[in-house]
Amino acid sequence: MTSFLERETTFFEQPLTLKSRILILIAVLVLIPSFMFPLWNMSFYSNQYTDGLVLRIYSYQLEGGKTPNRDDLREINSLNHYIGMRPLLESDFSEFTWVPLVIGLLMILALRAMVLGKMSNLVDVFVLFTYFGLFSLWSFYHRLYMYGHNLDPTASIKVQPFTPPVFGSKQIANFTVNSFPGPASYALFAFAALLLVSILLSARFSKGKGDERAA
Amino acid sequence: MKGNHKLTWFGLGILFTLIIAGLLVSCSRGPKVIERGDVAEAAIATYVAPGDTDEYYLFYSGGHSGNVYVAGVPSMRHIATIPVFAPYPATGYGFDKDTKAMLGSYTWGDVHHPALSETQGDYDGRWLFVNDNANNRLARIDLRDFKVKQILGPIPNISGYHGGSFVTPNTEYVLAASRFSVPLPKGTFEPIENYATKYNGIVAGVPINPQTGEMSVGWQIMMPPFDFDLGDAGKGVSDGWAFWTCYNAERATGKLEVTSTQKDRDYVVAVNWKAAEQAVKDGKVTQISGVNVIDPKAAPGVVYLIPAAKSPHGVDVSPDGKYIVASGKLQSITTVFDMEKVLAAIQNKAFSGEEDGIPVLNYDQVKEAEVNVGLGPLHTQFDDQGYAYTSLFVESAVAKWKMGSWEVADKIPISYNIGHLSTAEGDTMHPSGKYLVALNKLSHGRHMNVGPSQPESSQLIGISGEKMKLLYDAFTEPEPHYAQMIRADKLKPIEVYPKEELKDPNAVWDVKDTAVTREGNNVLVKMIAVRSSFEPNKIEVNQGDRVTIYLTNIEQTTDELHGFGLGEYNLNVVVDPGEMKVIEFVADKPGVFPYYCTNFCSALHQEMQGYLLVKPQ
Repeated sequence: MTSFLERETTFFEQPLTLKSRILILIAVLVLIPSFMFPLWNMSFYSNQYTDGLVLRIYSYQLEGGKTPNRDDLREINSLNHYIGMRPLLESDFSEFTWVPLVIGLLMILALRAMVLGKMSNLVDVFVLFTYFGLFSLWSFYHRLYMYGHNLDPTASIKVQPFTPPVFGSKQIANFTVNSFPGPASYALFAFAALLLVSILLSARFSKGKGDERAA
Repeated sequence: MKGNHKLTWFGLGILFTLIIAGLLVSCSRGPKVIERGDVAEAAIATYVAPGDTDEYYLFYSGGHSGNVYVAGVPSMRHIATIPVFAPYPATGYGFDKDTKAMLGSYTWGDVHHPALSETQGDYDGRWLFVNDNANNRLARIDLRDFKVKQILGPIPNISGYHGGSFVTPNTEYVLAASRFSVPLPKGTFEPIENYATKYNGIVAGVPINPQTGEMSVGWQIMMPPFDFDLGDAGKGVSDGWAFWTCYNAERATGKLEVTSTQKDRDYVVAVNWKAAEQAVKDGKVTQISGVNVIDPKAAPGVVYLIPAAKSPHGVDVSPDGKYIVASGKLQSITTVFDMEKVLAAIQNKAFSGEEDGIPVLNYDQVKEAEVNVGLGPLHTQFDDQGYAYTSLFVESAVAKWKMGSWEVADKIPISYNIGHLSTAEGDTMHPSGKYLVALNKLSHGRHMNVGPSQPESSQLIGISGEKMKLLYDAFTEPEPHYAQMIRADKLKPIEVYPKEELKDPNAVWDVKDTAVTREGNNVLVKMIAVRSSFEPNKIEVNQGDRVTIYLTNIEQTTDELHGFGLGEYNLNVVVDPGEMKVIEFVADKPGVFPYYCTNFCSALHQEMQGYLLVKPQ
């Protein structure tokens, strides 16, 4: 037991190799596009909307497709009011404030790990980031559930409460709803993957007595 | 007895044979069968598949319906109606404050000739101008949203504005001319016996503001009492000149059918509009009813007359501007004048006479050719292969002839009695060729029987090949006279008025901003229309109040129109997405009056309604 704890402490004390540190830098750079592209894209197709109504969820804003002939966000809200769904208003989503903040913090923590060069710093970031990712996915599902379930009882058209898809394609009334991650999500995923590789590159597991690592 | 029987039968046999023979002979002398061309080829040429759109816009004048009709070529389908001079409840035209003001006191107009705006002699897709032959007005349609933005007139001094609208190559002017000569200024009385000396006609240029398209009353030229008929503006070689045909050079009155067709020649009027502008600048004008009118005697060099074949109806300038083609509707020739020869004749003063001081050019010196096109030639249009196409009213046909060789290459029968014709971009400097639309006066027998009041006929003819091919019979509302055909990709109209564009302070976009406010006897309502409700859905007023409703359609999606129909108050207004309209009326009837959305908008369109409550005095 003590030996295990010793080895475990030693593991977290170990320094990060140069390769690892470079990878952390790359990971941080890869995260920058997460501010510029959508995290998630949803589209809604029907006979009347053959080109699809589009919703783009960024880390900092909600945007609908916008052409001179149609404002998709207005249109989606217009259609949804018939079934009693709450209108989608950017101001209702606190996520758009704290998500960019959290991503920024994680970038700082990653850079900190790169500078301080200790395995524990890096593992901290990775764990926190994974938690953030899983929490976000749950939170997204929760939002979708709440919007699809708290329908106004006085709505003109009564539909069974439903949950729009988090991932994939689903038929809801006359609409085919598609929901897929956007480039920003891929950036986040790449960040995590690069951090994991960075950990593995530096990881040396002590065989028992003494340490034989190279610095 | 036996002999008699035989004789009788023999006689009957011969009689019978003669009757049969007579019938057979008369049958074979029937009317010539009209060629239809290959059916499959024509079907494919005119078929626009579901989801696809046409290649060309076809803007028809709507004649005495007062409308402009928009169709597509090659499908020839009617796609939209643009109301101009008559109220049109389908789009609410003539029921809201702005369009009511534009129409004035008239409820009809006679739209004859549409003209698309041009830049450097080609269509630029900005505006469509249409004339009102009845009430002497000129309207401008903005092609950004296909709506009438301005109606000019009645234009002073002009009676029967038939000689328009035709545009100069950079839309400096829209041409205008009077079909009827009257004593001027209007209001002057002169016995009809003094027609030849005391009555006058007018040809004019209506200046167009190059940025806004705003039309204003410009210079006019006092002309002898001829009937000024059709016109066309010079371009290229003839840039700076405007032409009109006129008839009744006889200066006759009475039964014009007879009295105005006695002489062999009438005239093509040639106006140097730059010289006209100069005459105005030099002050060589008289003010008649507030308009600068030029007397040709006082301003030489502005107007000339070119003799043209009997009762000409239609003058058309070739794409390069070199030839002026005038057709005499009561003869069988179309005359081609060479602009360079015209300029030379003017230079050399080769005049053969004068009319009220206006020099008449020597016919033989300016004529280039007389083309034997057929009976009753009217209008000429052009293609991209150097051919001209002339409509023949009396012969009910179109003649295709080559510029330069002046020979008729082909002729196609028309069903029936063609007036104008329109080729794709045919009056520009770069016609497209390919399609020709014949605008015909009689359609009987070509469509299902719809009773005595029959629609008009337009026929689509393919002109790509050597021989013309009849492709399609289309039927339209009464009554197109002329049309303009422009490539579809040259127009990019909007379908939604963007929110940012609506600057009127009375337009509201949110339920919380809607209101009913009172100022004395005036009630002002700020209302929104959206799927599927009006807000407010209740308006309370006192009998006798003047009500003003500012109605905004707050949609920003294409095709989401809403209507506002107030029954029993004779009101129907339609608002497009992002548009605001002003509705004004006096609540003179007490009671409760429903208002409802008249233009189908959504699943709950039936529920989109409100009540106007008028408290009795």
